[in-house]
Amino acid sequence: MTALRPDLAAIAAAVPHGARVLDVGCGDGALLAALRAEKGVDGRGIELSGANVAAAVARGLSVVQGDADTDLGDYPTAAFDVAILSDTLQAMRAPDVVLTELVRIARTAVVAFPNFGHWRVRLSLLLRGRMPMTATLPVPWYATANIHLCTVADFRALAAERGLTVARATFLSNGRDVTWGANWRAAQAVFVLRR
Amino acid sequence: MPTDLRFGLDRRVILSDPLHLESGARLARVEVGYETYGTLDPDGGNAILICHALTGNQHVAGADPRTGRPGWWERMVGPGKPIDPARHFIVAANVLGGCSGSSGPASVDPATGRPYGMTFPVITVRDMVRAQAALLDHLGVATLAAVVGGSMGGMQALDWAVAYPQRVRAVVAIATAARHSAQNIAYHEVGRQAIMADPNWRGGDYRIDAPPVAGLAVARMAAHITYLSEAGLTAKFGRRLQDRDAVSFGFDADFQVESYLRHQGLSFVERFDANSYLYITRATDYFDLAAPHDGRLAAAFANTATRFAIVAFDSDWLYPTAEARRIVRALNAANARVSFVELASPHGHDAFLLDSPDLNRVVDGFLRAGE
Repeated sequence: MTALRPDLAAIAAAVPHGARVLDVGCGDGALLAALRAEKGVDGRGIELSGANVAAAVARGLSVVQGDADTDLGDYPTAAFDVAILSDTLQAMRAPDVVLTELVRIARTAVVAFPNFGHWRVRLSLLLRGRMPMTATLPVPWYATANIHLCTVADFRALAAERGLTVARATFLSNGRDVTWGANWRAAQAVFVLRR
Repeated sequence: MPTDLRFGLDRRVILSDPLHLESGARLARVEVGYETYGTLDPDGGNAILICHALTGNQHVAGADPRTGRPGWWERMVGPGKPIDPARHFIVAANVLGGCSGSSGPASVDPATGRPYGMTFPVITVRDMVRAQAALLDHLGVATLAAVVGGSMGGMQALDWAVAYPQRVRAVVAIATAARHSAQNIAYHEVGRQAIMADPNWRGGDYRIDAPPVAGLAVARMAAHITYLSEAGLTAKFGRRLQDRDAVSFGFDADFQVESYLRHQGLSFVERFDANSYLYITRATDYFDLAAPHDGRLAAAFANTATRFAIVAFDSDWLYPTAEARRIVRALNAANARVSFVELASPHGHDAFLLDSPDLNRVVDGFLRAGE
């Protein structure tokens, strides 16, 4: 998994060999393809962009063009071992509903998102009074697809409120693990959740 | 090794057994016109069946010997294409009820020695699929690596996975639906009524030298509009006039779009049988995969092990993306391995027959994933 981005590698670490995996918002299928090659998973994907879906299908992946906000209800309960939501939660209209759906569809949900509590974000807002633009949030406020950004603490609170167990949490900054002060110091978070 | 006469271009076979049709009727001495390309692997694992649309035929990648027209899907099927005779054993058959070598209303009824006409039994998409399955038995093809089709061909491809789930490893269904909508049926009925209103139709018992060409041409004109998008028609013709500078204040083909449609109608009647048009449109109107399952489409695909690729085009209003999504939802509910993509095209329903690098890329990747 050395070729994968650090956040994707952290996600892949949570996926067992031969698992049935649904990657929600799978982009062009890079993660699914890596999981298929290195872990022999039976992977499926959902992706909004037609160009990305075409690219993913052209690599031989089973990917459906669709919208996680509306289409997750189509999948039967416990159809997958792992459902992955990578860098997508913050673009959902109803992230709480999507989260609940993920743990219905799969026994384990792996959710990776940019941490809006990162010190650079806080500092940017505090000092400049402008919506932050950082390495993980590179798009200006008027053009971003991110409508529901959250912090690590926000996410923990939502998981607790929905009765979800955090089986593991990995935090990253510049590709390195963050072991303390995650809500300040992590640029990205990867949570492994169970019902 | 002597040449096996079952394989090659422009073949015919009379099926050894009668077909038991969905209507309950029985059809004996069924002939199937077909073509094969490529060579069947020793393990039989590389067979791909191509299903044609309403007015297509078996000449998918080779010229039609009767009209000289090139194969209708040479963009998808041929050397270096996603479906390639160098890798695949490709079978394409004229549908049951057709007029290009397979038994249809223009065929001679062995019981009377005269053309069936309207005594030909009403057939369904399932009956077409059963005839194809019998053809594959004849060819020694046990299982298919894939069934591929667009429009009515996509319906057959989907129906293959329902009727013979053990025989189909993958389905590619393009620009199609799992049922005919009220609007689909309505347009077909306009076409059928145009044919039946032609005095030459004579209850289907028309003379060989005087078929109902006017009615069939109008049917084709109406249908052809549904194959194009409004934006496509506007871009191609707009309100431009045909070979004149001003309108004629008459009913000649003033507009280019009129001239185009008339040409489409007239060239169609030279290659298609009016009664076949009635029977095949009827078959698609009756198509509804969910009907045997109280409208639950997912139940039709329960426990399927087949992989599916569903492709829609954004400007196709004949079989719109919403119908493709309905199929995808059902396949997801059935926990099937499904891919779905909506491709952008200004060409409406006809897009699947035209140059579409995206379509070729998707089909190629999907098929290779199973090889």
